[in-house]
Amino acid sequence: MGQFLIKRVLHMIPILLGVSLLTFLLLDLTPGDYFTALENNPQITKERLDQLRAKWHLDESWYVQYGYWIKNLWFANGKLGDLKSQWNKEADGRVWRVIKHAVMPDFGDSLQYKQPSSQLITLRLWNTFMLSLMAMILAWGIALPLGIWAAVKKDSWVDRSCSGIAFLGLSIPEILLGLLALMFAYSTGWFPIGGVESDMYYGVDEWSIPRLMDRFHHLLLPAAVLAASSLAGLMRQMRSNLLDTLRAEYVTTARAKGLGEGWVIYKHALRNAINPLLTIFGYSLAHLLSGAFIVENVMSWPGLGRLTLEALQQQDYPLVVAAVLMATALLMAGNFVADLLLAWSDPRIRLEK
Amino acid sequence: MSLLKVNNLKVYFPVKHGLFSRVKAHVKAVDGVSLHIEPGETLGLVGESGCGKTTLGRSIIRLIEPTSGTVEFDGEQITELSGGELRSSRRKFQMIFQDPYSSLNPRMTVGQIIGEAIDIHHLAANSVAKEARVQELLKAVGLDPIYAQRYPHEFSGGQRQRIGIARALAVEPKLIVCDEPVSALDVSVQAQIINLLKDLQVQKGLAYLFIAHDLAVVEHISQRVMVMYLGKVVELADSQKVCREPKHPYSQALISAVPVVDPDSKRQRIILPGDVPSPIDPPTGCVFHPRCPVAEARCKVESPALREITPGHWAACHLAK
Ligand SMILES: Nc1ncnc2c1ncn2[C@@H]1O[C@H](COP(=O)(O)OP(=O)(O)OP(=O)(O)O)[C@@H](O)[C@H]1O
Ligand SMILES: [Mg+2]
Repeated sequence: MGQFLIKRVLHMIPILLGVSLLTFLLLDLTPGDYFTALENNPQITKERLDQLRAKWHLDESWYVQYGYWIKNLWFANGKLGDLKSQWNKEADGRVWRVIKHAVMPDFGDSLQYKQPSSQLITLRLWNTFMLSLMAMILAWGIALPLGIWAAVKKDSWVDRSCSGIAFLGLSIPEILLGLLALMFAYSTGWFPIGGVESDMYYGVDEWSIPRLMDRFHHLLLPAAVLAASSLAGLMRQMRSNLLDTLRAEYVTTARAKGLGEGWVIYKHALRNAINPLLTIFGYSLAHLLSGAFIVENVMSWPGLGRLTLEALQQQDYPLVVAAVLMATALLMAGNFVADLLLAWSDPRIRLEK
Repeated sequence: MSLLKVNNLKVYFPVKHGLFSRVKAHVKAVDGVSLHIEPGETLGLVGESGCGKTTLGRSIIRLIEPTSGTVEFDGEQITELSGGELRSSRRKFQMIFQDPYSSLNPRMTVGQIIGEAIDIHHLAANSVAKEARVQELLKAVGLDPIYAQRYPHEFSGGQRQRIGIARALAVEPKLIVCDEPVSALDVSVQAQIINLLKDLQVQKGLAYLFIAHDLAVVEHISQRVMVMYLGKVVELADSQKVCREPKHPYSQALISAVPVVDPDSKRQRIILPGDVPSPIDPPTGCVFHPRCPVAEARCKVESPALREITPGHWAACHLAK
């Protein structure tokens, strides 16, 4: 198990390197750079722009930029001085602090925010995480019971209405659903539009009940929109899996033993039907992230997706690369969790190699 | 008194069409079958693929609900039992399935698979007794007791079928419906399983309804053989009689298809024209008449009843003598 974990983490390294390289290449292929917008500004001279570009190595070709970026992950200019100042700052836990600063990779400062990219991302990541988590809870919490119900009552009105809803859900794109949700929120006034919380809670204790409630209120609609798209597919998947296993011979075997129908469904059919869904769990995380990207932008949810899009529009390359890497790492973590779940639930799969 | 008495059993499957599923037609998978099995006896059941053997076997033990007809088992009307009563009666009749791969839950160990049946019917006082019983059953079917910890995917086809047999035996049944228990196995393994079933029958006084489409296998294990065609019984007699002197033209064709060891045999292979007709829309009169080499005019209109041609030898044919 420990070996398996180490292997998986080591596997992440080449993938992350490849993704970062690709991001640099793609950024290079887009016309202009972060300073292009400043070219029309009469107060900024051509020389000043050249200086700025040279400072960020934007005058070099993309692979040289990439080389600098790699080097700066751990060996940025002035890192030693930085570590020294960390040492001198405070006596308490200075060793730990210095080690942390030495080991943590530095993704560079964002060009537009003049703040470390990693800091910006951690802030937004939390919002995306909350959005995805809530969407996942909603989607799985509704889809699984409905799918089971539809399968057990195959061809009944329950089954038919679920199919109808699923068909609708699958055919409406997230963007449209997001816009519809906004219209709904606007016309009823039941839900706030955009943002993670109301302004009036600014400065109020993070964990106070009214503030948490307010956050939940803000979260609900975007999460529902995000959940809607995966819900339909998940429900159909659950239904067809369960129908398959209900038809399986070992389910008949269980009935022949004299087991009650409820137990037959739960113990023999359902547990085998859930298995393929665990693999989907990993992919659904990927789907949620890309969905979150759209929903965040349509519904002004300040998450990673929105940050990434803004950074891309500005060609704020340190931020773009850091955000893309973060999303990649999240995906891999999702697949990893899916693998663990699968191994845990299916004795035929052992974690090896 | 017979252990099992089946009277005029019918199983019709509705065939659905389209989204709003109006019932349009029925597959007459089993169409008025009557039979009986004595304690400790083996009744062989043969017939082409799709003639309704599995459906008959399963509907007798109500794994499929019969459309009409009665099943009496050990003095009890199986067809009238309520859900709970049926579940507790299941201990007395078990089934062994054709496919040893799909009939075992892949997520349960062999011990759990066998032990579950023991739990359901409260056949062991505690978990120690249960484990001892599981081990004993594994030994009885010729498997190492340590296999109880393993999962089905770790076994070969023959071993899995042994597990399936141990599972069926766990509740000490009086009748086991064996649905083509060896047709998924290698020939060499087939003989082992058949012999195991025979040994167990002697030891435990089991009765079998033994389904197969291979007459050679059935002849070897059964006292009596029943031949089915398109949901109906066409012939029923001692296995010797059916195999040596079949009365029904369909049985004659089936038997002629069995390869013989004796090179001097004068037996000619009878090739039946055409395919098995659809059980949705079976032919009028005798269901076999479109393919029958000796059919007459009345076979097209008059459905032959199963009649005793010679003592103990029944056939459903107007012309049989
Ligand atoms: N659940 C069902 N719904 C509709 N038709 C069915 C169903 N089960 C079986 N049938 C049909 O009933 C007929 C008899 O099927 P059955 O499985 O009993 O045949 P079989 O003799 O066991 O064949 P095989 O030798 O291939 O196992 C077939 O025509 C089959 O298509
Ligand atoms: Mg069959």
